[in-house]
Amino acid sequence: METKMTKSLSVARATRMSGIAMGLLAVIVIVMALAPYWAGRAELRLFGEIFLYMALASLWNLLAGYAGLVSVGQQAYVGFGGYMFFALAILWGVHPLAAIPLAGLLGALIAAPVAVLIFRLRGAYFAIGTWVMAEVFRLSFAQFSALGGGSGTSLPVDIVKSLADGRAAREAAAYWLALGVVVAVVGLVYAYLRSSRGVALTAIRDNELAAKSLGIDIWRAKFTVYVVTGGLTALVGALIFLQKLRISPDAAFSVNDWTAFVIFIVVIGGIGTLEGPILGTLVYFALRETLADLGSAYLIALGVLAILIMLKAPKGLWGLVRARSGAELFPLSRRVRGLDD
Amino acid sequence: MDWINTTLQGTLLGGLYALFAAGLSLIFGVMRLVNIAHGDLIVLAAYLALTTTVMLGASPVMALLIVVPLMAGLGYLLQRLVLNRTMGEDILPPLLVTFGLSVILQNLLLTGYSADPQKLQAGALETASLPVGGLSVGVLPLIVFVVAVLTIAALQWMFYRTALGRAFRATSDRQDIAQLMGLHRAHIFGLAMALSLAVTALAGVFLGIRTSFDPAAGGARLIFGFEAVIIGGLGNLWGTLAGGVILGVAQTLGAKINPGFQVLAGHIVFLVILAVRPRGLFPRMD
Amino acid sequence: MRDFPLKTGSNAGQNTLLDIRNLDAHYGDFQALYGLSLRVQAGEVVSVIGANGAGKTTLMRSVSGLMRNQAEQVVWKGREIGALRADQIAALGIALVPEGRLLFASLSVEENLIIGGQMKRKGPWTLQRLYRLFPILQERRNVPATALSGGQQQMVAIGRALMSNPELLLMDEISLGLAPVIIKSIYEALPSITGEGLAAVIVEQDIAKALAVSSRVYCLQEGRVSLEGASSEVPRDAISRAYFGV
Repeated sequence: METKMTKSLSVARATRMSGIAMGLLAVIVIVMALAPYWAGRAELRLFGEIFLYMALASLWNLLAGYAGLVSVGQQAYVGFGGYMFFALAILWGVHPLAAIPLAGLLGALIAAPVAVLIFRLRGAYFAIGTWVMAEVFRLSFAQFSALGGGSGTSLPVDIVKSLADGRAAREAAAYWLALGVVVAVVGLVYAYLRSSRGVALTAIRDNELAAKSLGIDIWRAKFTVYVVTGGLTALVGALIFLQKLRISPDAAFSVNDWTAFVIFIVVIGGIGTLEGPILGTLVYFALRETLADLGSAYLIALGVLAILIMLKAPKGLWGLVRARSGAELFPLSRRVRGLDD
Repeated sequence: MDWINTTLQGTLLGGLYALFAAGLSLIFGVMRLVNIAHGDLIVLAAYLALTTTVMLGASPVMALLIVVPLMAGLGYLLQRLVLNRTMGEDILPPLLVTFGLSVILQNLLLTGYSADPQKLQAGALETASLPVGGLSVGVLPLIVFVVAVLTIAALQWMFYRTALGRAFRATSDRQDIAQLMGLHRAHIFGLAMALSLAVTALAGVFLGIRTSFDPAAGGARLIFGFEAVIIGGLGNLWGTLAGGVILGVAQTLGAKINPGFQVLAGHIVFLVILAVRPRGLFPRMD
Repeated sequence: MRDFPLKTGSNAGQNTLLDIRNLDAHYGDFQALYGLSLRVQAGEVVSVIGANGAGKTTLMRSVSGLMRNQAEQVVWKGREIGALRADQIAALGIALVPEGRLLFASLSVEENLIIGGQMKRKGPWTLQRLYRLFPILQERRNVPATALSGGQQQMVAIGRALMSNPELLLMDEISLGLAPVIIKSIYEALPSITGEGLAAVIVEQDIAKALAVSSRVYCLQEGRVSLEGASSEVPRDAISRAYFGV
């Protein structure tokens, strides 16, 4: 009996469903890559914004949902990335296409000392510590007179023009960058979680004590995630302000725009799942496009929805879908095959 | 003389920050809950006092008689109906729920009162001052500071000398064993939040008398309170007062150097203390 | 294995305090107790013995409300209490001395005792009487409870439970981790605790101790009652069989 079982059992991640989903996803990415040829200007802008939020949500989910680092201060890196992009392009004449990855790199560099400092705060106090850090960034950049101080500055026309010839081409370029970054971020998060380091991270989330006894260096694992997330968030920030063409401390370090909405997206979609942030972003934009006229009432409704989901369905909408169907677009969990033979 | 005056003003401002912090410190001590909406609840209390003064024509200090019990009741209900459902090993649910609450409160206030800055009118009290050895000390900041000291003394007494304080400490130590003593955890948590928001109401009313406020003012109040708690050392109420004073002095000195440095100077002092004394200046011995 | 009839609610006597009827207890997917039945009469001392993992602590947790089960599976004076919270059960007059003592670390010795009596149930136990029973506690009443030795901590844990003036005292492994001489002195204090008609359930690893202080004994094995009888009458070999399952 036992020998027969060992023969027929196998461990696999991919299911037929996830195979189909991956194929479908590839088709969607190709169709979206062709959007500049079939979509109007307004749609293109909206799609770009959706992609950037999707990237922010995936990154925050990696941080809070997998590494247990609940930050309410990721606006620090969005704003820092935006400001670095503007500084590199305007003050030091770096080509915008080079300034974007450089802004991400600088974001990772600044995230390292920040992590050393705020990792001293535990749990929920860590969260507020990240917010303090974002405030320090905001107040510091408000003193930075070369980039307009408190009132901010715009990206000069010649720099914008150096990106591509003609308005349509520039908008397409910004769009492709956004699409590229979301594909890269989701792919990276997925690859990371599948790697041995990612498995270690999940182990820490599920049981810190047990993970420690297995010899996992918890501090280093969390530090790595924080720094990488900070860098990538800064990169997304650079793209956000390339789209906006204007930056100011209040817009760049807005807790509502870059953290509150992102948290709502992840909570509604499903925290601690790869699919959650993607689904959440789509739901968030669907709601925004239909209800945005309501102003504050829309935000109140969003807050109430997030609280209800946190209380009643902590794994979010994707958790509900998964509980119903067992579906997994990005196969992370290993399944034992052959038990029912 | 000028610097001494600035330091004195900062010390008195620190009393207000200690009031911001005391409620935060209390609920963390009893149930390890960090309430992200704390600052917005302070601002809510200020608006409730505004409505009370406008509707009843009462002074802001009289408004305390209505706002304090109202906030305490709200705290009890909030804890029993919402927050108790999030309590457990995982810190994520309470954090995210209070974060959602913060956004809801801000937008409710925005809808109800608009984004225009408001202020509570306390009449002659606002400008009255006492001459102290060549310095002029504002009566209002002095009152706020004295109220902060009295509040912290009262909380300290409650915590270490009363049956309620005993129940709080026992629940904080071992929730399950406290239940065996006949203490209903959900009720104890409700009482802790009620007390926290009663202190928050005091903080909100004095905030509203001292400075103008708007619906978005909560975030900074949460941060100041949090910084005072960490500077002073977790679990030490008098340390929290000291933390508030250090923060207040740092801010007024920073503002004296350059008005743009006021808040930044406070944050920097906080980060320096976090770097050299991560457990705060006066951590509780245990 | 079962060599006694299954008891049901119908033949419960007038003086039955606690009547556990076919209790199943679960930790998530894991079942710890299987149809366990146990009865305690007023004023009776019952001991529960069994190897590690037999379900003794789960039984204590279930009676005291730290673990909640089906309402009808635990009956107190004719009332179904299996689904009540621990604080509601404490108010009915059931007190638990938990395994490992679990005193409140930030409370002094005296505060630990006072909080035990915070429900203000009427009865013989007061601070003064406790201090007469354990004089060392009066001497050390103002130090933090965790600064005491293990034996003294156990006295505080028993005193804390007594301060609620319970009708039923549950004691889970009160000799665990204590020196033999300390265990002896604590067991010597037991008669003056249960002497006035207080019923008790004593969970104990030491079979001889358990039999000596109780009038009836239950032996648990893998979540089931494997033996039940009068402490003075059950043969030793039957206990070994029931204890180890051999």
